[in-house]
Amino acid sequence: MSEIPGDLKFLKSHEWARVEDDGLVRVGISDHAQGQLGDLVYVELPEIGAAVQAGNGVAVVESVKAASDLYSPVSGEIVEVNELLNDKPEMINEDAFGDGWIFLVRPSDRAELDELLDAKDYEELIENDEH
Amino acid sequence: MTEKTVLNATHRALGARMVDFGGWDMPVNYGSQIEEHHAVRRDAGMFDVSHMTVIDLHGARVRDFLRHLLANSIDKLKAHGKALYSCMLNEQGGVIDDLIVYYLGEEFFRLVVNAGTRAKDLAWIGKQAAPFDVRVKERPDLAMIAVQGPHARAKVLKLLHEVDRPRIEKLGKFTTAAAQGPHGMPLFVARTGYTGEDGFEIILPQEHAVALWETLRAAGVTPAGLGARDTLRLEAGMNLYGQDMDEGVTPWEANLGWTVSLDGGRAFIGRAALEQQKAAGVSRVMVGLVLDDKGVLRHGQKVLAANGEGEILSGSFAPTLDKAIAFARIPAGEAGDLRVDIRGREAPVHQVKYPFVRDGKPCDGI
Repeated sequence: MSEIPGDLKFLKSHEWARVEDDGLVRVGISDHAQGQLGDLVYVELPEIGAAVQAGNGVAVVESVKAASDLYSPVSGEIVEVNELLNDKPEMINEDAFGDGWIFLVRPSDRAELDELLDAKDYEELIENDEH
Repeated sequence: MTEKTVLNATHRALGARMVDFGGWDMPVNYGSQIEEHHAVRRDAGMFDVSHMTVIDLHGARVRDFLRHLLANSIDKLKAHGKALYSCMLNEQGGVIDDLIVYYLGEEFFRLVVNAGTRAKDLAWIGKQAAPFDVRVKERPDLAMIAVQGPHARAKVLKLLHEVDRPRIEKLGKFTTAAAQGPHGMPLFVARTGYTGEDGFEIILPQEHAVALWETLRAAGVTPAGLGARDTLRLEAGMNLYGQDMDEGVTPWEANLGWTVSLDGGRAFIGRAALEQQKAAGVSRVMVGLVLDDKGVLRHGQKVLAANGEGEILSGSFAPTLDKAIAFARIPAGEAGDLRVDIRGREAPVHQVKYPFVRDGKPCDGI
């Protein structure tokens, strides 16, 4: 289990969000989540330009074991998706907090970010998960 | 109460991700299910299958009893050590369980049945055995390790006592024999499996299981979890009880007709129902499907055919093929172009003859 970067915010459903320097929000799933899912084999990416609502399903990650909906931590517009995942979904297993990012959102309401869990709260959540 | 095999602590020490499997705490993978799958297809892997139920049957009329109990014909077993795959049916022809039976002596046969069906199997077998005066003895004292893959037999042979090696090397498919393992431990070595690869399933006293596991690991055999076991058996075209068939499904509807022996006058349980269904025409068939698009076929998805609807039974991503495959039960007859409803999207699939993979290679047309 790799360390949780302190600059990330989380949904209880294991998505992470990182506010980039340009104000865009990068989204992925946590290392804990990829470990639970097992080897990922397919990612259904959202369309660029699509409008997303915080807490709504926008992508699907499928492992050998199961399909799992991915929720957007913030509302806004999809501006980029990680095309690399079309050929290498396993990138999420290898580097969930880095190269395994999934999409980039231009947030419409930055106040939504305050409602997310910080890294410490998320760490506590998954510790309780495991017991 | 979750049950544990004698190898439980060994799996945990290897960092296995454990899951509940039919009431047993079992390893689903030790890191990567896909790598474990490839290890079995390309080299050698091993599975702890000690959760499976071993049942010994003793008695002067044990063969008569098995003629009555099993849909396949026990009389196909003519030499000691031979094994047979069969379904055990209820009176309606539904599958209570599928199993392997080993012929060990005139008055001694051994069954290996599924873990999830243990209680009902023991109850059913016990009830059916009583009039035949057959003793039914469960063997929880035994562990079972499956070693599978193109190099599995060679790796196991090296660990056997020298005097046993030539005999076990010549062991035919679906045959078993006794041999001495490391430190003289007594092994029951069967050339059977559930992966589509060559290899052995080894039954042994559980006090020796950890030592055998460690010796196999030192010999380069990769520990593999139940996740890989599931994708391997699906690629190999083998049914999983509870997913591909159950008590509401007959062998005709589960592509297991080849295991039913309607031999001269043998009155096995379920025979009348099977004959009746065959005469009337079987309305559902089990087929193999391949998804060429991206996505994964999964248990319970709806299959849309020209002549009605069916459903996905076992479905998964197939690591050897790098695409999704499945078994489905669909209406018999002209099905036309098939589609599968994957979360509201209708994905085209094509119907294939399975196995999907044989001897480590994709089959024609897959």
